[in-house]
Amino acid sequence: MNEFKPLPSLPPPASMTGVVGWLHKNLFSTPLYTILTLVVGYVIIGSLIPVLDWAIFSANFSGDDRTACETGTGACWAFIGNRINIFAYGSYPASEYWRLDICFVLLVLSFGPQFFDKFPYKMWLGVFSLTGFPVICFYLISGGAFGLESIETGKWGGLALTLMLAYVGIVAALPFGIILALGRRSEMPVIRTFCIAFIELWRGVPLISVLFMSSVMLPLFLPEGMNFDKLLRALIGITMFQSAYMAEVIRGGLQAIPRGQYEASKALGLSYWKSMGLIILPQALKLVIPGIVNTFIALFKDTTLVLIIGLLDILATVQASITDPAWGSVATEGYVFAALCFWVFCFGMSRYSQYLERKLHTGHKR
Amino acid sequence: MAMENTSSNELAVQLVDVNKWYGEFHVLKNINLNVTPGERIVICGPSGSGKSTMIRCINRLEEHQKGKIIVNGIELTEDLKRIDEVRREVGMCFQHFNLFPHLTVLENCTLAPIWVRKMPKSEAEKIAMHYLERVKIPEQADKYPGQLSGGQQQRVAIARSLCMNPKIMLFDEPTSALDPEMIKEVLDVMVELAEEGMTMLCVTHEMGFAKLVANRVIFMDAGQVVEENEPHEFFDNPQNDRTKLFLSQILNH
Repeated sequence: MNEFKPLPSLPPPASMTGVVGWLHKNLFSTPLYTILTLVVGYVIIGSLIPVLDWAIFSANFSGDDRTACETGTGACWAFIGNRINIFAYGSYPASEYWRLDICFVLLVLSFGPQFFDKFPYKMWLGVFSLTGFPVICFYLISGGAFGLESIETGKWGGLALTLMLAYVGIVAALPFGIILALGRRSEMPVIRTFCIAFIELWRGVPLISVLFMSSVMLPLFLPEGMNFDKLLRALIGITMFQSAYMAEVIRGGLQAIPRGQYEASKALGLSYWKSMGLIILPQALKLVIPGIVNTFIALFKDTTLVLIIGLLDILATVQASITDPAWGSVATEGYVFAALCFWVFCFGMSRYSQYLERKLHTGHKR
Repeated sequence: MAMENTSSNELAVQLVDVNKWYGEFHVLKNINLNVTPGERIVICGPSGSGKSTMIRCINRLEEHQKGKIIVNGIELTEDLKRIDEVRREVGMCFQHFNLFPHLTVLENCTLAPIWVRKMPKSEAEKIAMHYLERVKIPEQADKYPGQLSGGQQQRVAIARSLCMNPKIMLFDEPTSALDPEMIKEVLDVMVELAEEGMTMLCVTHEMGFAKLVANRVIFMDAGQVVEENEPHEFFDNPQNDRTKLFLSQILNH
């Protein structure tokens, strides 16, 4: 009797595992790699020390004007501490800061739990963050209702304005982008032509000119007496611009879905919208998460361009503050701070997208 | 006229002088086919002969340009409502299974009953589990299609179609993409289905299956029906030279 017996599986050799194995394999595998590791290590440590010295060890952290920073050779973080309210809230009245604080807390509360697998009401939180949250924030921030003092949009600014522009842009650009992407693939020529024209028009102009048009030119074309808010016009401009980009990212995802998926959902009797909503879009959007988040991050940083139409986002408030003679040369500190603020939010989005990709991965990719 | 109507109502599928073009290419030429309820039909032929295109016309995955297709008494036209009606009654299995990779096996099966038939979720799941048991993979219900073998995926695809309780099943080369070891498990399910009296139109080259369950075998080439006959006559005594050549190529190697 000649029975087939597979050989037993053995553990991998010891040199492949453990810290020593890792070091050997990745850093010191050949003489050339050893030299490169040492050189790169020297450069990294050599440049890290002065940076840390400037940013932490020789830095001044407290004080109310330039005299506080005259003693040290390092960074003057006292400047940031002194101006943090302006950077965060712009020229929003100090007595009303709590309104923006509530909005920020709501923002954290409605997005924080999305990172945790086990949190039970994630879907409702998602719905809230797209519907209730913007409405609540709008009434809280602008006031004029429920006994809140009305605060005109000209006073909105700083990080709060940056987040607002980015949030509205992101939340509105995604659905518009989806509709435009579907429209561009439509079999109906009128819809398809309209979507192509819309996308190509908005993608073909720089955002800065869109903002400029919305701020300066648009009021000229509107009938006498009809005038709406500058911030609103900027938001519409940003949304249109970004939804054109979003549409093309999503179209890429739609094209990557095999024809069989469309056919299977048709054969089961699903209507166009049901097959898009239940079968095609969930897969297409998952495929293009990196591209979507890329667009979101670009949008977040593009919001700084609203400076040219006189809206003061965080970068603009930093720029205005560093010219203050009360503080001397603090440009580096100001820009480093602004960069850090952007980095924190962009990195957060990036991490969330990676988490989503992992979570939505259902083993069909090999 | 009245006579014709009643006779067409009795047929599960009726194709009358169906013609189809892909651009300039004439892919179906004057196809005539009557399928009575409960009949099992196997369609074979060389690649490019139009056999897949023909059965895909039956649930309007492809449009025909001339002639008439009547399914369950409903004529297929531009009318989307009628197309939906037909698709609800006609199940289809594809060569590449086309399961929805982002949904579990169970969700794949309950999707159409819930969203098309408006069935409550619990009932749809009960029915789905019933059919998953029939195709012998109830234990895989919570896995994703990507975690299953080809044969298992095709059986899920059959269960998914059956959950809609179709009157007619179309199979488009259901075993062509499978490893040899998995073909049998899929064919077994199809044989069982045939024995229960399902109306089936099956594009396949599994001649053993054809001999076992088919009432009729149709041979197509160049967009035409070359020959049709009951299976034993078809295999043992083919009439047309083209059929003889085809059979000699697929049977003798």
